[in-house]
Amino acid sequence: MSQLLDDRVLSSIGKSAAPQAELVTRRDIRKYAVATGQRLRKFVDGDEAPPLFHIALFWDVVELDELLPDGLSVDPLLPEFPLKRAMAGGWNIHYHRPIVPGDELVMTRTLSNVFEKSGSRGPLIFYELTRDVKTRSGDPVLTEKITRILR
Amino acid sequence: MATLSINSIKAGDSLPTRELVCDTVQLFFYNAALWNAHRIHFDAPYATDVEGYPGLVVAGPLIGDWLTQCVLEWMGDSGELVSFEFSNRRAAYVDDPLVSGGEVLSVDAETGLVTLDLHVLNEEQEVIAPGQAVVRFPLD
Repeated sequence: MSQLLDDRVLSSIGKSAAPQAELVTRRDIRKYAVATGQRLRKFVDGDEAPPLFHIALFWDVVELDELLPDGLSVDPLLPEFPLKRAMAGGWNIHYHRPIVPGDELVMTRTLSNVFEKSGSRGPLIFYELTRDVKTRSGDPVLTEKITRILR
Repeated sequence: MATLSINSIKAGDSLPTRELVCDTVQLFFYNAALWNAHRIHFDAPYATDVEGYPGLVVAGPLIGDWLTQCVLEWMGDSGELVSFEFSNRRAAYVDDPLVSGGEVLSVDAETGLVTLDLHVLNEEQEVIAPGQAVVRFPLD
């Protein structure tokens, strides 16, 4: 079945990036809450982070000269895929406890799967990233699986 | 709004709908909060001329966030979010009128778990972002 995905791509399944540690501040929660149009005071005031705040918290801070012409950057965890155009993505998140100001969180990220399917308009590549967020002392905060589709 | 409890929720109950329009300021704030420089979100000539979109593209996870707001505003402080999933099925563009909403799929009074079906619709009534959430209510 696998025609697009060679051993070089498939051998990257299971690779993990170095853990990323971030400090949660009330100011960052408030900015995220305003940007997303939250209406609950606990979020707007920054007492607690909205459920998708971690997406902003762990977005890679890249330097200007690392940006590609489209404004994205190369993710060193990913192999070079034979298809380039990103389509829809999906997220599946399990929560263990809310994020609050002062939390020191550590996120580990693994390329958990790569596979191809034939779509109605040609082949598609799917890849899955698993992200695990814990406190610095190791208490689970959330786990998530992100699926991306390339065509 | 009355406080929800596990025994007051029934399969088929609707979650409140909300009209949502992402303008350029909100899209700028969102991508600034992430540190996301993807040009399709802020560079209109690039989005249309180079990538062929009809306008600036609303960031996918922002639409996902709106689904969580639909859940949390309905649920109130009595429930807790256990899991949430969504996907971005169609693109939305700056100033598109969108509506979020959902309904209760199932209620388990033994465990307090409630499963919700969620969506964001565009003006053509197409589901641009389907989602599902599981929330837990205390047992009465």
